[in-house]
Amino acid sequence: MVHANQVTSTPARRSSTSNRSRKTGRAMSRTAALTFVLPAAVLFGVFTLYPMLAAFGYSFFSWNGTARGDFALLSNYVDLFTKAPYIEQLPRAFGHNILLFVGAIVGQNTIGLGLAYLLHRLKTGRQLFQTLYTMPYLVSAVVVGYLWTLLLSPTFGPLNSFFAAIGLEDLSRPWLGDPSTALWVVILVAGWQWVGFPILLYGAALGGIPAELDEAASIDGATARQSFFAITLPLLVPAITTVSVLAFIYSMEAFALPYSFGGSTGSPAGSTDVLSLMFYRVAFDSGSSNGIGMSSAIATLMFIFIFGIAMLATVVMRRRENRIK
Amino acid sequence: MTSTLSSAINRKQRPSAGKVVVGIILIGYATISLTPLLIMFLNSFRKTSDLLKNPLGMEWPISFDAYAVAWNSANFSSYFMNSIVVTVGSVLLSTAVAVPAAYAISRVRTKAMSVTEVVFLSGLMLPVHLAVLPTFYLLDSMGLVDTLLGLIFVYAASSIPFSIFVLTAFFRQLPEELEEAAQLDGAGPFQRFFLVMMPLVKPAIATVIVFRFVPVWNDFLYPLVLLRSSDNFTLPVGLSMFFGEYSTNWSALFAGLVIATVPLIILFLVATKQIIAGLTAGMSK
Repeated sequence: MVHANQVTSTPARRSSTSNRSRKTGRAMSRTAALTFVLPAAVLFGVFTLYPMLAAFGYSFFSWNGTARGDFALLSNYVDLFTKAPYIEQLPRAFGHNILLFVGAIVGQNTIGLGLAYLLHRLKTGRQLFQTLYTMPYLVSAVVVGYLWTLLLSPTFGPLNSFFAAIGLEDLSRPWLGDPSTALWVVILVAGWQWVGFPILLYGAALGGIPAELDEAASIDGATARQSFFAITLPLLVPAITTVSVLAFIYSMEAFALPYSFGGSTGSPAGSTDVLSLMFYRVAFDSGSSNGIGMSSAIATLMFIFIFGIAMLATVVMRRRENRIK
Repeated sequence: MTSTLSSAINRKQRPSAGKVVVGIILIGYATISLTPLLIMFLNSFRKTSDLLKNPLGMEWPISFDAYAVAWNSANFSSYFMNSIVVTVGSVLLSTAVAVPAAYAISRVRTKAMSVTEVVFLSGLMLPVHLAVLPTFYLLDSMGLVDTLLGLIFVYAASSIPFSIFVLTAFFRQLPEELEEAAQLDGAGPFQRFFLVMMPLVKPAIATVIVFRFVPVWNDFLYPLVLLRSSDNFTLPVGLSMFFGEYSTNWSALFAGLVIATVPLIILFLVATKQIIAGLTAGMSK
């Protein structure tokens, strides 16, 4: 089984604790270190950090088209929570992101974890199944969205024909044309696409659990189910946190998948709208003269919310791990 | 508890029954996972009229008309080349700058260097593409809007956090004694880096190159905003235009999806090891 732990296991030995100063790694001078770091720092600073800080700054000004107007402190943020159309669209889009997250986390920790566990106990063919399960995860979200749009088409979609072929015509419907089913399609398809990742990650984590633990438990008379819940599951908590944090980030910033299902307006009738689509509309499609200010306010709130929750979950997890150690 | 007990006994008496169930579950899910992709491939070799007549069928001989339409009339040949240029260019650029940076981060233990590392790694959790608007104005001021070069810079920068994360972890596992020995033999810092360290981190470099290929190839928002003329489109944006213009030529739509997907499938099959290592890199920490 190949996984990230190869990073920790291939190189021969760890550097032995030597008596030299641990502070300044003697092997490298300050000038050399700077030369090594500088190209990456410049590229990252100019094309990633600067735009993020700029978006933050944009959000505190009122804009007139592309011309920056007066400093407006929080008025863009206030407008976001008080004025139409933001006040109707923001909670709806946010709710859809949350549903996407709940769907992802439930699917990944039941189907994903279950399949990873079954694969872990498999003697042969493990990598074959892993490869098959991971395939959808690697396909572009745009391709996945358009593919399922075609598969669910009311005129020639294979799914409705399949239902008809097995005598379940009643189940046929325009899945993506109906506001009551469209969001569920997005959630299920996202689950279908993302499940390969937890299968791999849980596979790697299960591979890291010493087999002796299970053997000892079974000698003590524990059933497979008991040792799963008493031994395996607690040891998987760090992996479950990683999977959940990534599912959170993915769900909150989802753009390409909902876009390819319902376009930038989240059709039908806004039923597939999410925060990133709203951001995109306000920035590029709204016709509002303060589009830059308002969309930057949305972007800033999303930065803070996504980064804040992800960091919080990671830090809490680390603390717990350290306490156990 | 009694049910657990009896199922345990059952399992012992008939070990094959459990295995059959496991096999059915595993193969069943593989079917769910692959059928949509399989239909995509099969339908791209059919004619639209046949798709309408018989959504679940397959005709013989297969038809390549859909690919002719997508590749020639709908400009997929140029989308494809643009995607290759942007992906290869940005992955190579980000790896070229990330390898030395990760090396320095792993070897220099000063406060400033730890801060640098934290700043780089924070990029792993930030939804950086939400800064697409300032990115647009930045590229505009450099004359790089609607150019592949602008996109290459943006992707190279956004790939740096992951690359540094994986490479730093790898460099930290390599004993410093190696460099010290080289130093005693008179090798300068750059000789030590290129001649001693680079050959040792090849597996991690392979992981980073192969794995970053996937999100860059698939990305949609940046080209949607930063590119203007269809001659410069990458595959995801080209696809979204295609779906608007050719919305009734269904088999051509399937062919377009296949064109955008095949390179990744091939990459995955030839470099499964690197992709899986990249996907599970979070576990090494």
